[in-house]
Amino acid sequence: MTTMTLNVGPAVAAGTETAEQESVKTNAEIVKTVGQPFSDDAKLKMRNVNVFYGEAQAIHNVSLDIGRNEVVAMIGPSGCGKSTFLRCLNRMNDTIEGCRVEGELTLDDEPIYGPKVDVVPLRARVGMVFQKPNPFPKSIYDNVAYGPKIHGIASRRAELDEIVENSLRRAGLWNEVKDRLDKPGTGLSGGQQQRLCIARAIAVSPEVILMDEPCSALDPIATARIEELIDELRENYTIAIVTHSMQQAARVSQRTAYFHLGKLVEVNDTETVFTNPEHELTEAYITGRFG
Amino acid sequence: MEMHFDQHISRQFNEDLESLKTEMLEMGGKVTRQVADAVDALASADSELAEKVLRVEEEIDRAEMELDEHATLIIAKRQPAASDLRMVMSVIRIARDLERVGDEASKVAKMAIALTDEGTAPRGYTEIRHIANAVRKMLNDALDAYTRFDVKSAMETLAEDEQVDMDYRSAVREMITYMMEDPRSISRVMNVLWTLRSLERIGDHAKNICEQVVYLVKGADIRHGNEQNLR
Repeated sequence: MTTMTLNVGPAVAAGTETAEQESVKTNAEIVKTVGQPFSDDAKLKMRNVNVFYGEAQAIHNVSLDIGRNEVVAMIGPSGCGKSTFLRCLNRMNDTIEGCRVEGELTLDDEPIYGPKVDVVPLRARVGMVFQKPNPFPKSIYDNVAYGPKIHGIASRRAELDEIVENSLRRAGLWNEVKDRLDKPGTGLSGGQQQRLCIARAIAVSPEVILMDEPCSALDPIATARIEELIDELRENYTIAIVTHSMQQAARVSQRTAYFHLGKLVEVNDTETVFTNPEHELTEAYITGRFG
Repeated sequence: MEMHFDQHISRQFNEDLESLKTEMLEMGGKVTRQVADAVDALASADSELAEKVLRVEEEIDRAEMELDEHATLIIAKRQPAASDLRMVMSVIRIARDLERVGDEASKVAKMAIALTDEGTAPRGYTEIRHIANAVRKMLNDALDAYTRFDVKSAMETLAEDEQVDMDYRSAVREMITYMMEDPRSISRVMNVLWTLRSLERIGDHAKNICEQVVYLVKGADIRHGNEQNLR
């Protein structure tokens, strides 16, 4: 398996979300997404995406663009399909048995799901950061250097040193670890480990970073630092973030997408979503009612 | 979108929002009473009633500060969003308008005291009564529209302010004419003018409250003549 490039996270847990969906009543009436799902300057384009886990359909006909240098937050109750949808974008769902993705997904207008697409370079272009920080059981240095090495981005020590330092600097971790690069990455605090994972993701110069609840295992200070980092990273990357914290979505994103039972209910400017959402379900969710 | 503030998962949040609204409406009731008392004190030269208005004014100032504090706590603790956020914002804004209505009522009460001391004005009571009735109705209707989340009635009440402004201008012209005819009456007629001015301002505040009803229900900011924002 070559999915080790950026992460070896607990992607397999996803299959369990569908069981919950069966028990909840379906909202068959929602078919059309309200708001502004499309972007004039789209980096990622998804059209009519359907995802199935075996017989069960987890995503229903979702269309969405993610713009260049834009942070799009995906919110919604557990089991609404937001993580499933996120994992379509770098084909992490391929690793789940019985998972089938339909629809048109493109990165810079090139298909993500094509017979000729090699997922290894794809996942270098579309990096991922998971819920729980999962550094390799290696040194801090090797955690960051691993990706560039296996992708052949750098081979000489001097080049690698530079990439490692730059990545750690951009992840806001350099000053804290520069004197102990040879120590194990697992010895860092949770927040530092997550920033190490972000450094590892950006070391291979991705164009898109997917984040699946990157702060849910972190304390508020570490969370604030990651959010600050997301804002800085936006200058160079396109970011899609799944979060359970609505305040986080409000703080870091330019647009917010609300998923409900596998459907994309609303996409709008984050300000609009949090002050005057168009759809009743969005309103019910973000205000802590649930309807 | 229908307005419901009693369906949160957190029951405490329901209660917080409900009591914020109740508190604001109670303040509104008190302020409405103040306007009525102040105008009555003026009309019937009742300086005792006017003194009472001045005392109650302090309660209204306190009510505004308490409302502000409760709203701040809700924002800090609950991070309200969407209609909840608009509810809190509208309450804060309305509380400020109500407090100013209270101030205007106090000014009218002071004029009532002045007019009893200096002798009644020869003219202007009819105009005062007419405008006072109009703005009291506006204030009542505005608060009523807020209670019922009624945008239509808020828009109707809001439109009444134009008539009040016109009546005010015409009353002012009349008072000026009178002062020119009889300069000895100037200081007393000036008291009438200040009263009219206060009443006209109360109409403006009632209008502001109506705008907040629209903001709360529709999320549209129509202040300063931006009614086109109401989609």
